Amino acid sequence: METLKRIWLFYYEGFTSMTPMGKTLWVIIIVKLIIMFAVLRLFFFKPALANYNTPEAKSHAVIENLTK
Amino acid sequence: MESLITLSRLQFALTAIYHWLFVPLTLGLGFIIAFMETKYYRTGDEFWKRTTKFWMKLFAINFAVGVATGIILEFEFGTNWSNYSWFVGDIFGAPLAIEGIFAFFMESTFFAVMYFGWEKVSRKAHLVSTWLTAFGTNLSAVWILVANSWMQYPAGMAFNPDTARNEMVSFVDVALSPVAINKFLHTVTNAYVLASIVVIAVSAWFLLKNREHELARKSIRIATIFGGLSLVAVMLTGHTSSTNVAKLQPMKLAAMEGLYEGQKGAPLVAVGMLNPSKKPMEQAGQEQDPYLFSLSMPKMLSLLATNSTDGFVPGINDIIRGGYEFTDIKGNTYIEPSFEQKKAQGTLAVNALKEYQLAKKSGNDSLMAQTRKTLDENFKYFGYHYIEKAEDLVPPVGITFYAFHIMVALGMFFVLLFVLYYIYGRKNKLEDTPWLLKLGIISVPLVYICSQAGWMVAEVGRQPWTIQDLLPVNAAVSGVAASNVATTFIIFAVLFTATLVIELRIMFTQIKKGA
Repeated sequence: METLKRIWLFYYEGFTSMTPMGKTLWVIIIVKLIIMFAVLRLFFFKPALANYNTPEAKSHAVIENLTK
Repeated sequence: MESLITLSRLQFALTAIYHWLFVPLTLGLGFIIAFMETKYYRTGDEFWKRTTKFWMKLFAINFAVGVATGIILEFEFGTNWSNYSWFVGDIFGAPLAIEGIFAFFMESTFFAVMYFGWEKVSRKAHLVSTWLTAFGTNLSAVWILVANSWMQYPAGMAFNPDTARNEMVSFVDVALSPVAINKFLHTVTNAYVLASIVVIAVSAWFLLKNREHELARKSIRIATIFGGLSLVAVMLTGHTSSTNVAKLQPMKLAAMEGLYEGQKGAPLVAVGMLNPSKKPMEQAGQEQDPYLFSLSMPKMLSLLATNSTDGFVPGINDIIRGGYEFTDIKGNTYIEPSFEQKKAQGTLAVNALKEYQLAKKSGNDSLMAQTRKTLDENFKYFGYHYIEKAEDLVPPVGITFYAFHIMVALGMFFVLLFVLYYIYGRKNKLEDTPWLLKLGIISVPLVYICSQAGWMVAEVGRQPWTIQDLLPVNAAVSGVAASNVATTFIIFAVLFTATLVIELRIMFTQIKKGA
């Protein structure tokens, strides 16, 4: 428990005493991840085989594509 | 279909190129920082702590802005290249899962200690964290490069006709294939050269501005030694890479040199310009010269490819025609089949897969066994079924040729650069040599061009294959709308360019502030 508390304090103090440059970098990382996962992944990059529910159906679809 | 393939390839190329703008600096700068902090640990000199912290800031900027740019490549696998993604099966799954674990636990844990821990952990613990961050980033690269190497040299797997997936049968054969080992060493040492040149350039700028003299001089000394030794490793692994390519992807080697007709004692083009109207398999009597002009080094291509000045290097036309003696990477010598023979075997394999499925549906066990046998016997050339004509086997010769020669020429230039910096640095005359300092700064875009050119040789040179001999791009691509791919291409171009501009602005601001 004491170890967990020390780890928590280590990160907490690190983040709260971060320099302005560090904060800017975190903002960039968060904005970028939001664009990637909440916009691109959700609206533009649906896996092409997602419509097939089982591995067997996915295999069948790919075999159809490869042997047509 | 053609435009879909072209757009999907362009999008992947754009993403990979941007991703590789960020990665090499992280890979190399991590070790340079670790060397500097080791100096601080040993001497207790506050100068080294200040120097380490300065370079750490640049490392953090590059890491933060570049982080997750590679994830988009995985999005593209699933959406634009779904047949490929399914076909590679667990070959990619295992290395990428290991990469994810390493990236998450090693980098995030020790990276945090590096930045938050200066006053909270002992000097020794901090130094260990810095080294582990450097090793962690490089270990992440191992697994990505293992996956890429498997596409160049598919080994250690078996194709399962029930699932249409390749299944790993030997992790060692996948992870420790000669291509994987060499590719890792060649790529990371190239990254160390790039990071060293960035350190030299920033330090040279300080000297030109008459600032941070001690930091600049000592940083240049470390970067010159680290970068120079890494460059030697780049050249040695570059040679091994050529011999591997000669044995595994001879078409790529022929394209690298614009070699249409093979020969013993083949020369290496030192400087040359390709004839743009040259075509593969021209009619007898109408053959055009492959070059508008060229200066060649006799027998050097044979030496590079076969370790013998008289070794035979097949040209593009030989590879299409077949019929020459070929020794593969395992040392087996055989007569190379022609394109038509390989295509016939590929068609046998694909038809066998189709018949296997029908036999399975009708419960015909003996037909299943028979078709499975045919598939296994011909699987080596499975992808040739999808290649319509022989000319489609030839990668874009112009891009491959020029990228290869730009890479080599810049590599030679960097040898000279490191030697000059070493000599002038030893004599303490760098401040008196502004032309050399400016040359160091100019070298930054050049080293990025060199690094990207290397990847272009590796990836454009292996077209039309996504997986060598097994799956060409036209069979790997998904049936998505080309307009969707065009839209995301534009989004990526804007997003990545904005990211790059932000990185450069933050980095320049920090450099101007100094240590």
